[in-house]
Amino acid sequence: MRRCGTTAGGGVGNLALRGVSKRFGSTVVLDDVSLEIGADEFLVVLGPSGCGKSTLLRAIAGLETIDAGEIEIDGARVDHLPPGKRGVAMVFQGYALYPHMTVRGNIAFGLKNIGTERAEIDRRIAAVARMLEIEHLLQRLPAELSGGQRQRVAIGRAIVKDPKVFMFDEPLSNLDAALRSRTRQEIANLHRRIRKAMIFVTHDQTEAMTLADRIVVMNQQRIEQVGTPLQVYREPATIFVATFIGSPAMNILPVTRAAGSGTLQWVRLADGTQIETTASEASLPGQGALRLGLRPESVRLCGLGDGQTKALVDFVEFLGDKTHVLLSLAGGDRLVALDGASCPVHAGESVGVLFDRAATHLFDAEGRNRGLTG
Amino acid sequence: MDSCEQTAAPSTRRTWAASKSEARSGLLFVAPYLIVFAVLLIYPLFSGIWLSLHKADLFGGSQFIGAQNYARLFRDPVFLTAVSNTLYFVLLTVPPLTLIGLGLALALNNRSRWSALLRGLFFSSSVLSVTIVTLIWRMVLIPDGGLIANLLTSIGRSPVAFLSDAHLALPAIAFTTIWWCIGLPMMLFLAALQQVPRDLYEAARLDNAGRWRMLASITLPSIRHTALVVVVIELILQFQLFGQAQIMTLGGPNNASLPMVLFIYQVGFQRWDIGYAAAASEILFGMILIAAMTQYFAARGRESR
Ligand SMILES: Nc1ncnc2c1ncn2[C@@H]1O[C@H](COP(=O)(O)OP(=O)(O)OP(=O)(O)O)[C@@H](O)[C@H]1O
Ligand SMILES: [Mg+2]
Repeated sequence: MRRCGTTAGGGVGNLALRGVSKRFGSTVVLDDVSLEIGADEFLVVLGPSGCGKSTLLRAIAGLETIDAGEIEIDGARVDHLPPGKRGVAMVFQGYALYPHMTVRGNIAFGLKNIGTERAEIDRRIAAVARMLEIEHLLQRLPAELSGGQRQRVAIGRAIVKDPKVFMFDEPLSNLDAALRSRTRQEIANLHRRIRKAMIFVTHDQTEAMTLADRIVVMNQQRIEQVGTPLQVYREPATIFVATFIGSPAMNILPVTRAAGSGTLQWVRLADGTQIETTASEASLPGQGALRLGLRPESVRLCGLGDGQTKALVDFVEFLGDKTHVLLSLAGGDRLVALDGASCPVHAGESVGVLFDRAATHLFDAEGRNRGLTG
Repeated sequence: MDSCEQTAAPSTRRTWAASKSEARSGLLFVAPYLIVFAVLLIYPLFSGIWLSLHKADLFGGSQFIGAQNYARLFRDPVFLTAVSNTLYFVLLTVPPLTLIGLGLALALNNRSRWSALLRGLFFSSSVLSVTIVTLIWRMVLIPDGGLIANLLTSIGRSPVAFLSDAHLALPAIAFTTIWWCIGLPMMLFLAALQQVPRDLYEAARLDNAGRWRMLASITLPSIRHTALVVVVIELILQFQLFGQAQIMTLGGPNNASLPMVLFIYQVGFQRWDIGYAAAASEILFGMILIAAMTQYFAARGRESR
């Protein structure tokens, strides 16, 4: 795992996980997870279904116990504290609003339970309601609200407690497409205004890319990479990150080692084409299979004689603003190229193909990216 | 909200003809039940009312006497005792059945093996017939070698004759009834508890709610419809106490445990005074109806507030 400490401040209000593991019976659900979050950072946890994202949040919130490791908030260990005492608030996927309480009752519940004075509760609810524009809804029951309004109430219930860490478990997945993008912007605005640590779980890479200061990519109970959206896109640490982020997915082609020219390693595709990569010869393992990763946008089509190699066009998908071109190479490799809107090629044609050297990634047998400097 | 309107709109726009034929086929579907309902419930209800206005013998003719049977009932000390016994019995059984049923459900609403076993155990008494239940409890309650009597004598106290004591007979029958009937309320409450979404409790834990606060603010409000159903069902069942009293005490001693249904049975099928029994039945019917409706409207009223 690579630590990219760009925004992870060591300041107040930060959350740290060290070696956290969780099992359900014999199934490991979190495997030695370590992570740090700055006091005002927006962290997005991204990963496929079942990789342990919700469990990670629930472990931080104290809704699940952990089997190993430490969780610290503000420099103090919290993993033995009950959920309410950790200074975290969570917005649940289904909102989990108390159905028999009004919106006001829902927001006040957490404050009443810790004995906050009435006047203070009223003051805080008024402030939160104004901020979220739900003042006119305070006397309603959750059943009388729309999905988007419930979402706001759930957020209000979290904000009013003034927690150190906010957590959102796929909060947008119940909303329709239009509302989802609007709520996404509202959450981004909210973060700008309250500047608290936020952890946002999603399996939608658009949400992750647009909201995150840093993205935590999880797969199979582990953290694959932590980095800014740009880093995880441009410098994926593993083949999983490389293929999970980006649409269409990165092309992965098996390659063999060709001549090394000191710092830059050449590799050979199945059809014999030699491609220069950014990996240095020294960084590569002595043996084992290598795979080359090429983003669809760094595969260029050109005239038949001008390319590094040639390919047969299998299929052309015109999407309006862009076109996906599915190609097969002489060696049997298939790949996708992303082209401008008015791509002139047609299925069945042969075209020349150029590869953008700077955008190549070389993965070793374990799937680690060997072309990264650092 | 928009989506509701969209789905609702087509049904209002549907043509008359279509909805009429739909109503007809709907009626066909409920017809078998309606017929059974009419033959077995509506008809007896009205013929019972009709009968209660007659001086009728099970064998001889009948003679219309207006409300005289009712007037006689309100002057009949045995009937009035039966009414007050029945009300007392309902009071002794319905609140405990509801509260104990709820308590057991709350305690056993988890996935441990012990809970599963205990749930089965508490429910198992419900499958027994009234004869077996009363037999078991007679063996517990009789002063001559019964379980409680033996316990009392072993600690040097004299045995208590529960079933022949005017003050203890009805409570003893009530206790037996609670033991027998506790399974249904418990199961109804368990089913309701399992419908409460888990994440509400998790949200409440994050909101620093303790066990009692969760019970009062989340659990109880979520299962109040079931509580109403349990109370109404038990009211209807316990107003009709018959078998236990018939077998355990025969209504005695000195009518101290005589419930209304047993009174009706004795008047109708031992004294053959069918019209008089029918009038008593109508009064019981009215009492059950009033009790159940009061519950229902009280709960509805509380909700709308
Ligand atoms: N209480 C539990 N008992 C046993 N296994 C569990 C339990 N809760 C979760 N798991 C398992 O742990 C794994 C991770 O679950 P988790 O809910 O954290 O996934 P997730 O990443 O949030 O997935 P999704 O995107 O579908 O919500 C899953 O394989 C799940 O089956
Ligand atoms: Mg999840």
